[in-house]
Amino acid sequence: MTLNYGSLGWRLALICIVTVIFQVAAVSQVKILGVNADLVPLVAASVGLIVGSLPGAIFGFAIGMLLDFALVETVGVASLIMLAIGYAAGRLRELRDPQGAIVPLLVGAAATAAAQIGFSLLTFLLGQTVPLGWALLWGLLGTVAFNAVIAIPVYLLIRRCLLAALPEDPRRRRRRAYTTGGLSPLSRS
Amino acid sequence: MYDRAIRRRRLTLAALLACSLLLLTVYFGESNGGALHNVQRGVFSVFAPIQEGASAVLKPARDLFGWFGDTIDAKGRLNELESSNANLRARAIASSEALRVNAQLQGLLNLDSAGGLTAAKPVAARVIGRSPTVWYSTVTINQGSDSAIKVGNPVINGDGLVGQVSTVSGQASIVTLISDGELAIPARVSAGGAQGVAQTGAGGPEDLRLKFIARRYRVNPGAAVVTAGTLSTTPGLESLYPPGIPIGSVTKVVDPGTDAQKIYLRAFADLQKLEIVQVLTAPINGNRR
Repeated sequence: MTLNYGSLGWRLALICIVTVIFQVAAVSQVKILGVNADLVPLVAASVGLIVGSLPGAIFGFAIGMLLDFALVETVGVASLIMLAIGYAAGRLRELRDPQGAIVPLLVGAAATAAAQIGFSLLTFLLGQTVPLGWALLWGLLGTVAFNAVIAIPVYLLIRRCLLAALPEDPRRRRRRAYTTGGLSPLSRS
Repeated sequence: MYDRAIRRRRLTLAALLACSLLLLTVYFGESNGGALHNVQRGVFSVFAPIQEGASAVLKPARDLFGWFGDTIDAKGRLNELESSNANLRARAIASSEALRVNAQLQGLLNLDSAGGLTAAKPVAARVIGRSPTVWYSTVTINQGSDSAIKVGNPVINGDGLVGQVSTVSGQASIVTLISDGELAIPARVSAGGAQGVAQTGAGGPEDLRLKFIARRYRVNPGAAVVTAGTLSTTPGLESLYPPGIPIGSVTKVVDPGTDAQKIYLRAFADLQKLEIVQVLTAPINGNRR
């Protein structure tokens, strides 16, 4: 599989900027039951799942750094965590190539949990105050649940944005052939 | 080719990791005026107007989702407040009930003291059942023969006579109220001493009358009527009711001063709101005055 890096690059850059702006300007301000969604790990994981480990890692690093700059937080924390998430999701795709419809949901939930725990751990290790207790647990679980709900739509949206820059997937081509009247390999034989 | 790709991937990953850690270290190591902090402030200053514009543009969407969140939160808060309200209401009702029961018990205590009924071994009981008919002629109380209650024992509350025990089991009894036409109570008018029988007429539970009053007695509305106690000196004809228990007050007198005079009473005890009563289990001196 060869990637069209030029087209993919600017699409990923656009997704990166839009995601961070949308997260900071809108999503973070909408709280339901005291928790809000966190699009950044979802998008990083989705990109990793769609384009692979290396672009996923680079995208994760970039979106994490942009988030750190936008929120004026410790530079390097989010980039480190999102880099790991993007890379891990990409490796999952490269090694297992999971095809289930529920995969984005599970990966999104796992990515969110990893991001939440990672932030807490890094913040703690850096000597900053961490609100330990039920509030932290509720925030963590609530965000994971919230993100699990929106994981599939986010994944589909990201895939749609990147589809034109991706090489033709043989499975996709086969499916399209059947739906447009092409013969299935079974009927040919 | 494949090895090169792997090597490239690992190298890039290591470089990104190193970059992240380097950024972290530098950021932590430098002062607020350091290079990285300045870059961050620069990015932030570029980012802020975009963020502000995006915030304004996205406000409707945010409000929409916020509305859902607020609704869910408000619903949770509503449930919480409803639960708290129900709790407080239950406590207020319990307090009000306790006050009312207290008042009734106080009334009973006063009646016992004033009427000298403590010697009648009163047993306090709670009304646990009521006849479902509109006549309300019987009630069930939560004390029975285990508490030395016997058939025929008079039943009072803080306002006066209520009725008499008609059926007894171990732990409950049925009390026939004075509004039942079957019950006839020796009574006298407190002022004047005219003696007769208090009994409910055919008109129903509200039609309590004082009967058999000799025409020489003039009974005026407002006069109090009490139990007469035992009038006969013959043994075996003792009244079931101790003397002096309030029954009711005269509301009107029809054909006064004649043999056919009709004296109407209103019972002191509110028979439709009975909660705490006392059963007088022992006659005092044959219920004579």
